This record gives sequence, structure tokens and C-alpha cells, in this order.
Amino acid sequence: MSNTLIPAPRELVTKPRKSDQLFRVIVTSGGLSSLIILGLILSFLTFRGYEVLRLEGFGLLTSSDWSVVEDETGNVVEQNYGLAAMLVGTIMSATIAVFVGVPIAVLTALFLEFYAGRKIRSILISVIDLMAAFPSILFGLWGFLVMMPSVEYWAKLLNKYLGWIPIFDVPAPVFTRSPFIAGMVLAIMIIPICTSISREVFSQTPLDRIQAAYALGATKLAMIRAVVIPFGRGGVVGGAMLGLGRAMGETVAVYSVLNIVYQVNWQMLFGAGGNIASLILLKIGEADRDETNALMAAGLVLFILTLVVNFIANFLVNRLGKTGR
Amino acid sequence: MTVADQVKPGMPWLPTKKEKSQKFVSFLLALIASVVLLFGTGLNGKLGWVFAFFISYVSISFITEYRKAGIPAAQDSLLTSISRFAIFLAVIPIVSIVATVVSKGWRGLHWGLFTQDMSQATVNDPITNGGMLAAIVGTLIMVGLALIFTLPISILTALYLTEIKGKFAGIIRFLVQAMSGVPSIVAGLFILSSIVYPITQSYSGLMGALALSILMIPTVARTAEEVLLLIPSDLREAGLALGATQWRTVAMVVVPAVKSGLVTAIILGVARVVGETAPIILVTGGGDATNLNPVSGPMGSIPFYVWKSFLLGGTEESSQRTWAGLLVLLIWVLLLFMAARFISSRTRKG
Repeated sequence: MSNTLIPAPRELVTKPRKSDQLFRVIVTSGGLSSLIILGLILSFLTFRGYEVLRLEGFGLLTSSDWSVVEDETGNVVEQNYGLAAMLVGTIMSATIAVFVGVPIAVLTALFLEFYAGRKIRSILISVIDLMAAFPSILFGLWGFLVMMPSVEYWAKLLNKYLGWIPIFDVPAPVFTRSPFIAGMVLAIMIIPICTSISREVFSQTPLDRIQAAYALGATKLAMIRAVVIPFGRGGVVGGAMLGLGRAMGETVAVYSVLNIVYQVNWQMLFGAGGNIASLILLKIGEADRDETNALMAAGLVLFILTLVVNFIANFLVNRLGKTGR
Repeated sequence: MTVADQVKPGMPWLPTKKEKSQKFVSFLLALIASVVLLFGTGLNGKLGWVFAFFISYVSISFITEYRKAGIPAAQDSLLTSISRFAIFLAVIPIVSIVATVVSKGWRGLHWGLFTQDMSQATVNDPITNGGMLAAIVGTLIMVGLALIFTLPISILTALYLTEIKGKFAGIIRFLVQAMSGVPSIVAGLFILSSIVYPITQSYSGLMGALALSILMIPTVARTAEEVLLLIPSDLREAGLALGATQWRTVAMVVVPAVKSGLVTAIILGVARVVGETAPIILVTGGGDATNLNPVSGPMGSIPFYVWKSFLLGGTEESSQRTWAGLLVLLIWVLLLFMAARFISSRTRKG
């Protein structure tokens, strides 16, 4: 009887080499940089604004008095930092932007995906992508020069015919530099990003479902209502929220068309508004140490606001955009 | 004559002559109705006319479709015309912006713009006094430095997301997306609070470059990730099968394969930050004299030049300066955008 020797199974080692380990460490540390940068922004703004946050507490968000009172010798007697007016203004103009811009963007995306011919489609997509690359100062100065007079005229019309609705009412006939104008400029600025996200979501609609709808005799409208909209709803909402985040963080474009007043104003056609980013730009040049810290706290509020909006938006685009029903 | 010659394939989906003429007639009717609306009511101006035309066109096509094929067809035509109107509304601003900038800016262009700076001139001087040299040089230096800071970080981020796919990949992708929403003024405030106030205590071009790179990283990283995802995994597997380690595969196979995609990513990143104004105003100090040293002294930039002439001016000359500056900025953005398009379309063919 011969003794058959069964070899013991060879031990498999999948230990990467030294060079690969180093490579992984380097790439991972580079990859974590976005986490580090966001964390640093958060901690430095909190660190700088801490005194003001402690001094004002929730008053930072609820009061709207922003003043530094000095006596004759230049000593600071009294200081109040409240962001309520700015916060309301920021949210209001961004909301106007979303309400005006998103329908236009979604319809544009529908046109590009389902109506336009191939050649027109590629040209229009380039044009809209180009618009996304325009710097905000361009929108701001164009808005100041071209947009402001005509939007003022629309505001007057709205007030004349729909003035009985509380939001279109004004306490005094001042329509210049209102949150409405800022909202319109922002609406134009968010159209490209909302369009491209909606277009991307719509283009992922499964072709078989579209063709099934047509085969059942659906018109284009019926197909879009039954297939495309249910499929892309989450993505479109996410795109709208990304636009909202963009609109909240815009500085220069809003600064050039908005009148900043330290008083909460809910009437969007009235020429008095607020904006956190514009407040920072307005005050930072002449601010003393305490006021600078207060501006850092304002920046922190803006940062957290946009971060939360962006998180929700990206969640919606990533999760709901691809599933549908 | 064979049968095939006599019987031409029909194309019933194409509009017939009658349908075409009907469309034309309803277009004409809408045109007339819009003019009537314009003079009959309080609407005025070009936009008022567009609005009147839109309403009359939509209602006329709705009625004709309803008479021809009933409610579903009429509703369908409604969506068609509304979406056409929407794309029109989306394109009007861009046309208007380009037209405004070109028509107001071209008169301010002169050769001295590129050879002189503003150290000997104020914004209200005649336009031939002084120019944008400081601004252009400053923008070039700052964007170049920002590129140097951004490039390694964003390419490593993209490689982490596509090559290593570690356990943080989902979170990192999420954070990079969130980072692209950081308001530009917050980037400026961050540099102010973390470096300018505690450490250097002076404004400089380097600070501007740092602020810009915060805004640039997400754009470059996301575009780089997209092009890396396009690389077929066969290439990576081929590299590994030949016995290469992972880093050799990435360095010798993957990255060379996406070279032009990375160039596109860089160009898009540059286009994103070249016109950023708010952080520049906060951290660079905005010099009028040409400054080649990014570490010390205020540094000018094109957006700052535009902003300063817009805020301090009020005269004809300063407005000319503003729009000339914007025209130069617009040309930069256009060139960068076209370069990115050109490169990405060329690679798609090849």
C-alpha cells in the first residue's frame, strides 16, 4: 500500500506590498481632505464667533438689531448683533428664486430631453452649461443695470393688481432694491444647475417604460405625467434644493441689487431686505474686533444653513433620483 | 418599372402640407393677437410683447388642437408650447448678458488695458489712463497657485473614490458634493479667521489662492471622478494581470488614459473660480499696483477691478471701466469653456 501524500493547502497571503500600502495611505489621506477642510471651516468659524454666540445666545437668530454704539472718544458703549432680518431676507429671496427658477428649469429640461431635435439640443445644452460657468459678478452687474428697472415695473404691476394678497402688499410705494428683485436675479442664476440636474434625472428614465406608455397610445404629455415625472420627482426636488442652497450663499449678485435694512420685512415687493452674505461683505471692511467676530458667527449660521440644505438635496438626488417607483 | 419604384415608402409621422399651413396660420394669428394685446392693454416693452405673444399662441394652438383631436391632444400641445416658452425664458438672460457686456464694454477696450495698471490712475480718470495689468497678473498668479494646491488634493480624492473604494467612499462623495455648495464668502471668512487674523495679519495673493482652492477642489474632484469612472475596468485588470502593483497600474495605465479628461477638469475648475469676487475682496486687499509677489502686499484681480470701478465710480469713465473689465472676464470664461468642450469632444471621438 502506497502512502498517497495529500499536500496541505497552501496558505494564501493577500498582503499588499509596501509600495501599495504607501499608495493607499497617501490616496486615503488625500481623499479625507474634504472632511478635514469642512471640519476646519466649521471649527474656525465657531472658535471666532464663540464670544458673540455666548453673548447673544438665541438672540443672534431672533433679534434683528445690528448696531455698535460708540461714545465721543470712540469706545464701544453698546453692541447688538441680531441676524433675524438677514436670515428672513436670505430665505425669502432664495425661496422666490426657487419658485420662479425651478419651473422654468424643469420645463427646459423636459424640452431638451423629449422635444428638441438632436442638433438644437446639443447647442442649447452648451449654452446653458456656459451660463452655469458665468461668474456671479456678471449676473450682479447685469441685474443691476438691465434687470432691475424691468423687474421693478413687474413689481409695480403685481402690487397694483394683486396688492390685496398680503405678500404682494407694500407699506410705502418703494419698489427699488427689494427682495423680489434679488430673488429674480437669483432665479436666473440657479436655472442652469437645476436644468442640468433635472435633465440628468429625466434622461435616466428607462426607455422600455417610455415606449410602453407610447404603445398604450399615450400622448407625450400623458407619457411624461405617467412615467417621467414619477420617476424623476426626487431628483427634481433635490435639484431645486441644490438651487436653494446656491441662492442662499450668493454674495455679490445679491449685494448689487438689494437694499439692506436691519428690520424684519416680510413684504417681498418692498425695497428693504436682508442677506447674510451681503451683510458680511458690507461690514467686514470697517468692522472692529468684536464686530468681526459677530460676522464670523453670521458666516457660521450661513455655512450651517447651506450645508443642511445641500445635505438634504444630495440625499434626494442620490437616493430617490435613481429608484423611481 | 418595378413595384418598388412605384411605391414609395410613406412617412405618415411627418406633418402634411395642410398641417404645416395650419401651424403657420396659427402662428400669424398669435402674432396679430399679441400686437393687439400690446396696444390694447397696459403691457409694454419687449418682454410684455413676448408675454402677450406667448399667451395668444398657447390659446390659439390649444383651440385648434382641441377642434382637431379633442382634449388630450390639446393638453399635449399646451405642454409643448409651455416648454418652448421656458427654454426661451432660460436663454434670454444669457443673450442679454452677452449683448450688454459686449455693447457696453468694447468701447473701453484699448491696448493700454494690458500694459498699464491703476497705480497712477483713479477709476474716474479717462479710460486711456491706467489699465488692468495688475488685475490680470494678479488673477493669473492666484488662479495658478490655487491650481497647484487643488490639483493633488482633488486627484487623490477622485482616485480614492474610484480606485481604492475604501469604506469612507460614500461619505467622501457626499462631503465633496456638500463642499461644492460652500458659499464663496464663507471660504473667504475661513481664510480670514484661520490664517489672516492669527498668523499673517496682512492681506496677500496667497490668501486669495487658498480661498479659491477651497472653491475649486469640489469641481475638479467631481469631474476627475467622472472621467475615471469611464475607464473600463479591463484596463486596470490587464495591468494587474501583468503583475503590476496597484500604484503602478494607476500611475502607468489609469492616469495616462484619462489625461485629457483631467485637463477638462482643471479647465472647468479654473472657469469656476476665475470670476469669484467675494472671497477676493475679503482676503487679498485688492492692490492697484502690479504685484508679482503672492506672499506679501495686496494683489489685484479682475473681479476686484470690476467691483472697485462699480462701487467707487458713478461717472461715465468708471462705468466704461467696469464693463471693459467684465468683457475681459467674459472672454476668459468663454475661452476656458470652449477649450474644455473642445478637449472633451475630441477625446470622445478618439
